[in-house]
Amino acid sequence: MPGVKDKVAIIGMGCTRFSEHWDKSVNDLIVEACYEAFEDAGIEPKDIQAAWIATAWSGELGRTLAYPLKLNFIPVTRVENRCASGHDAFINACYAVACGAFDVVLVCGAEKLKDTGLPIPGDYNPTTLYTSRVDTGYLPVTAWAMFALRYFHHYGIPIEEGRRILSKIAVKNHFNGYLAPKAQFRRRITLEEALKAPIIAWPLGLYDCCGIADGAAAAILVRADLARNYRDDYVLVKGVGMSTGVYQGQIMDDFPLAYIEENFRASRMAYKEAGIENPRKQLDLAEVHDCFTIHELVIYEDLGFSPRGKAKEDVENGTFELKGELPVNTDGGLKCFGHPLGATGLRMIYEVYKQLQGKADQRQVEIRNQRGLTHTCGGTPIDAQTAAVAILGLRGV
Amino acid sequence: MVGIVSYGAYIPIWRISRDLLSKGAPGERSVAGKDEDSLTMAVAAAQNCLKDFDRESIDGVLFASTTSPFREKCAASTIAAALDLRRDIFTTDFANSLRAGTSALKAALSMVKSGMARQVLVTAADCRLGPPGSVFEQTFGDGAAAVLVGMEGLIADFEGDFSITDEIYDVWRRDIDLYVNSWEDRFIFLHGYQAVLSEVISGLMKKMGVEPKDVRKAVLPAPDLRRVMDLARALGFDPKTQLQDPLIDNVGNTGAAQPLMLLAAALEEASPEDRILLAGYGNGGDAFIFKVRAEIKKIDSKWRGVKSYLQRKKHVPDYATYLMWRKLVLTPPPRVPMSVSYPSATAIWRERKRIYSLHGVRCKVCGTIQYPPQRVCIKCRAKDNFEEVGLGGRRGKLFTYSFDFIRGNVPIGIVNLEGGGRLFLELTDVESGDIKIDMPVELVFRRLDLWREDGIYGYFWKAAPARD
Repeated sequence: MPGVKDKVAIIGMGCTRFSEHWDKSVNDLIVEACYEAFEDAGIEPKDIQAAWIATAWSGELGRTLAYPLKLNFIPVTRVENRCASGHDAFINACYAVACGAFDVVLVCGAEKLKDTGLPIPGDYNPTTLYTSRVDTGYLPVTAWAMFALRYFHHYGIPIEEGRRILSKIAVKNHFNGYLAPKAQFRRRITLEEALKAPIIAWPLGLYDCCGIADGAAAAILVRADLARNYRDDYVLVKGVGMSTGVYQGQIMDDFPLAYIEENFRASRMAYKEAGIENPRKQLDLAEVHDCFTIHELVIYEDLGFSPRGKAKEDVENGTFELKGELPVNTDGGLKCFGHPLGATGLRMIYEVYKQLQGKADQRQVEIRNQRGLTHTCGGTPIDAQTAAVAILGLRGV
Repeated sequence: MVGIVSYGAYIPIWRISRDLLSKGAPGERSVAGKDEDSLTMAVAAAQNCLKDFDRESIDGVLFASTTSPFREKCAASTIAAALDLRRDIFTTDFANSLRAGTSALKAALSMVKSGMARQVLVTAADCRLGPPGSVFEQTFGDGAAAVLVGMEGLIADFEGDFSITDEIYDVWRRDIDLYVNSWEDRFIFLHGYQAVLSEVISGLMKKMGVEPKDVRKAVLPAPDLRRVMDLARALGFDPKTQLQDPLIDNVGNTGAAQPLMLLAAALEEASPEDRILLAGYGNGGDAFIFKVRAEIKKIDSKWRGVKSYLQRKKHVPDYATYLMWRKLVLTPPPRVPMSVSYPSATAIWRERKRIYSLHGVRCKVCGTIQYPPQRVCIKCRAKDNFEEVGLGGRRGKLFTYSFDFIRGNVPIGIVNLEGGGRLFLELTDVESGDIKIDMPVELVFRRLDLWREDGIYGYFWKAAPARD
């Protein structure tokens, strides 16, 4: 099965600050992110042959992107896959370039959430399948809290110990976010602060939850053989993967709710394409979907960074800290960088792109393997999620 | 012979101390939970009544209440759906009188006696509102009862009945009234309650040739303890030994459900050959005599009678909570912009089997039970190869849980059912500190607290702590 490995190159990227942009519309955010990407790539908007816009709730149709940028009647696809929208758009753009349909394309993710709060349709119930409205509504935090309790129960971790492990992840991401100029929350926190924060849905407290933000990010992709025409330090797509669940955690009475199957499948699809056998040893960094700290904890296991049930030991040992063996969420993650749903996947790609180019300033990690991973996951562990992974690397790996 | 096949009472878990309603008032009363109404309580009583019984020969369901959640919509049809009964049965509601419970019983006995039906399920429930601060608010109680009437497998024979009709304003609600009205106390007791019940009960005893000493228990409607004792005495019964405890002190006057609930209490303690007199009152009176059979000993009385329910209780913390539950004090819905949609009557109709009867499916290829019903099996991917399986009332274990803080920390959870299947539901009748992974739960039929109803009351199943 021919994939996308080494066939697609990123030659330019842009990202707004993720924040409460009370004074900016989604159009403003899109223009900012895309023009930064155009400038970074050294191209003009008229060079774009096709485009993808990822947004969960901030616009319908391709016009969401074409209108603010005044794209010239080119094909524009609007992609919605909740929190994985950005990756989904990126992956589809990669397919289009890899198959030779287009030479130069634009992928943008954008979300404007702070005008309304997080608008999850239908009694905030992700189960919009049923308009009879008898099924119980729930927020993502509630679902992840249910998962956390079950995860702790599954591995015999006392809840207080589990909460401390989760808080350590929050402390790490706040440390990293403090070093990221475009992050929503730039403040270090202590373990005690995290543990004493108000409970949102037991056992998850305030610092276990990511920030809801406005923001946009964009990437310019070209056929790999054309990349050198634009810049030397372009970044190649090494492998992509996606997986979508089927409500297994809510329907199958033997499904354990101790891992996320979609994360496992998406990552293995990407590893296979990228030729990665030991992600912990072969990646320089990973940007993963820490919508809640419990998700980051289980991602370590789902993505094969830690053995099942052992992620807590790696957290205790600092494995995923900025100077650790495999730095995770070097820009603060969703937790601190903020989470404008459709933009998040591209924000992660932006961070890995900058890290591989050695442009991450105080957060710069050591680039030994020339590869980094990005991962998002939309939905919640008690319904059906879409997980997506993109592995990026420099030439020659 | 026509008679009683089974019975079931239901008292909500919640009580409110009368002291919270009026300083120093004695005892407590039952209170329907936030998600309960007369319809859901009737379902609960019917489930108790039908436990261990086959439902195939039930040819009718009657629902009696002065507080049906609907002015125009047959609650008995909803109850029949929740009980997963056959479609070719007769359902109807009896309303507008505290006598509705005994009137429905009389209709059921007639239907079976005439051969129109093999078995008829009578359900009665009430959840009446006394004006805030009134004595009614203190003396009313919420609850339900059910009686299965049939011809075979009887635990008590129906021996005879008598009814009279009477025109009086004593207690009433007009079509525009939320709260119960009443006329002057001594007048309504003298010319209403006592006069009519004396007349109908004496009339029945005379017709049957029964003396007060022949009656083991007199099950009499009771607005309060003093009046029912006076009535029993006047009829020649010894209130201490022959009057069925009217549960005024610990439950309250459960309206149209009261006679049948007290009948259930009497049957719970009855011995073979006992003669039970039952009466209902409300713009007339109905009276019946039943004679208990030896088969009474074969029926499991736990959770059928009232004893277990009197032991099982939690207290409503304060009066404000009570007012909010009854929607007498309204709180604005939580602000989650653009996130609320209305229930669709079309969707409710389309999904009625999986909603009311809680039908899931079992894959005929791999045996996996799945809810909601699927077209393609989640386990083996077989297409359209399922049989329906009713999951209502099943027991299970709580797999995990959390609280929805948007709606005020409503507990929600995932339940693995005994016999297979997993459901994602709200939890009810439980306080947050008592919820634990692996706790035993059972499925109960409840009314949903929808933010936007569009004129529709949603009903669905929830998980409550399992009764032992």
